[in-house]
Amino acid sequence: MIDIKKVGYTYETTEYKSKALDMIDLNIKKGEFVAVIGHNGSGKSTLAKLINGILLPTHGTILVAGLDTKDSELIWEIRKTAGMVFQNPDNQIVATVVEEDVAFGPENLGLPQETIRERVDESLKQVGMTEYMKKPPHLLSGGQKQRVAIAGILAMKPECIVLDEPTAMLDPVGRNEVMETIERLNKEEGITIVHITHFMEEVIRADRVIVIEEGRIIIQGTPKEVFKEVDKLQDMGLDVPQVTLMAHCLRKEGINISDDILTVKEMVEELCQLL
Amino acid sequence: MSIIIENLTYVYDQGTPFETIALENINLEIESGEFVGLIGHTGSGKSTLIQHINGLIKPSTGKIIVNGFNITDDKVKLSEIRKKVGLVFQYPEYQLFEETVYKDIAFGPTNLGLSKEEIDRRVRNAMDIVSLDFEEYKEKSPFELSGGQKRRAAIAGVLAMEPEVLILDEPTAGLDPRGRDEILGQIKRLHDEKKITVVLVSHSMEDIAKLVERIIVMHNGKIEITGPKEEVFKHADRLEEIGLGLPQILYLVNALKAKGIAIDENVIAFDAVKSELLRLVGEKHA
Repeated sequence: MIDIKKVGYTYETTEYKSKALDMIDLNIKKGEFVAVIGHNGSGKSTLAKLINGILLPTHGTILVAGLDTKDSELIWEIRKTAGMVFQNPDNQIVATVVEEDVAFGPENLGLPQETIRERVDESLKQVGMTEYMKKPPHLLSGGQKQRVAIAGILAMKPECIVLDEPTAMLDPVGRNEVMETIERLNKEEGITIVHITHFMEEVIRADRVIVIEEGRIIIQGTPKEVFKEVDKLQDMGLDVPQVTLMAHCLRKEGINISDDILTVKEMVEELCQLL
Repeated sequence: MSIIIENLTYVYDQGTPFETIALENINLEIESGEFVGLIGHTGSGKSTLIQHINGLIKPSTGKIIVNGFNITDDKVKLSEIRKKVGLVFQYPEYQLFEETVYKDIAFGPTNLGLSKEEIDRRVRNAMDIVSLDFEEYKEKSPFELSGGQKRRAAIAGVLAMEPEVLILDEPTAGLDPRGRDEILGQIKRLHDEKKITVVLVSHSMEDIAKLVERIIVMHNGKIEITGPKEEVFKHADRLEEIGLGLPQILYLVNALKAKGIAIDENVIAFDAVKSELLRLVGEKHA
């Protein structure tokens, strides 16, 4: 689905040069749910913008569904295939009524009116926002606004959605709404998800986790494999789930407990064996 | 410096069809030097409440007494209150506006009419607290900084007023874990060393559990629960019903208790839970 080959990216102005990504090789399969973590400035957002063709690689090639992002004739096709959702819900809503906002993309594709209507209805249904169709977006909560932003992407019939910290500005309820929507789109619609986040409870829901540090992929694997590297992640200033950290600390004290615990349930089962 | 709130009610758009009760009969006392956590889902009234404390909003009815002065009294100078009660809004970096970091942080103290030396001392001190190197950043434009640095510069602007009460509305939202821990660590140190009163609004139960002494839970414009954190976190079901929750580690404690394991139910801190688990495993295998 997304093929990133030896990609580097350097931000360059007249005053400074800064290498954001360095020799990234990454292949994301169709239908995969990939979480990307790393601290601010690690290169995560640069990677997201490269997939969507907002930035073009300084070195290497990125193919999105076989389309080269460097080919300027293909850029609209690429953005239709890989839609992007950003952090701030207030910066991505353009219309004064929810349904018009969702219709913005398909209208620009020049689709017939009936097709636009169908797509808007279906997209709002997929994110559970049908009843808010006629509402002005400013009356919605943060989680609802993000779901409208996702509906706007869905109306373009994407194969992949890249989300750059979509839950960072939301409260726990809003975060959960967005995560459930993303998971459903992945599981039921088969949409490929690239999800950038700092929240570990979101990361453990992914199929694969990519850890980026100083522009390079330094750890990757399933959540269980990645969170085994507790010390390494903490050195980088990243979080691990509290129960994972607890299991790690108990192991260090010589207690025989599994090193791939991610949830409270798994931890309880392990501890019940010992207690 | 203490804060006493008596029978506070605030109604938005009173007398119009949009009339909404944002706060209803709030009674609250925050003692001098306390570190209090204020939690509640979006729209519960947290932000409206904290804006009352430094006089940005006047209550529809009720009293707010800061350091013995009823700030709803027309004779009280709000500028005096705002010198003492510093409020850091959500995403404070959107309020940076000066040409340099120095000028931005100096803006408040300059308006207080302080001497150049005193302003300089305060700017240096505030930058030191938030770990922004004075020489490196003083002449930079705030807009050249990274997100985390902008946040620090904005917080430093409030700290330069040397408030006795510091209220922070989700000061670490959107930051990465390292940035979050650094900023919260600095606030904790400021509280411990200078004995200032801190009110922290946060959605992170882990951070609340780690930092505060007492928790105030808001729901639909009312105080739902208040008490020491150990007590408040015992209301797991109610907290979940109103869109909140517990730190993950306490879900573990509760699940173990439900399985009949004799774990001390007053442990909150990560290290305390760890000691408890080590004790239990030790006893079993002794």
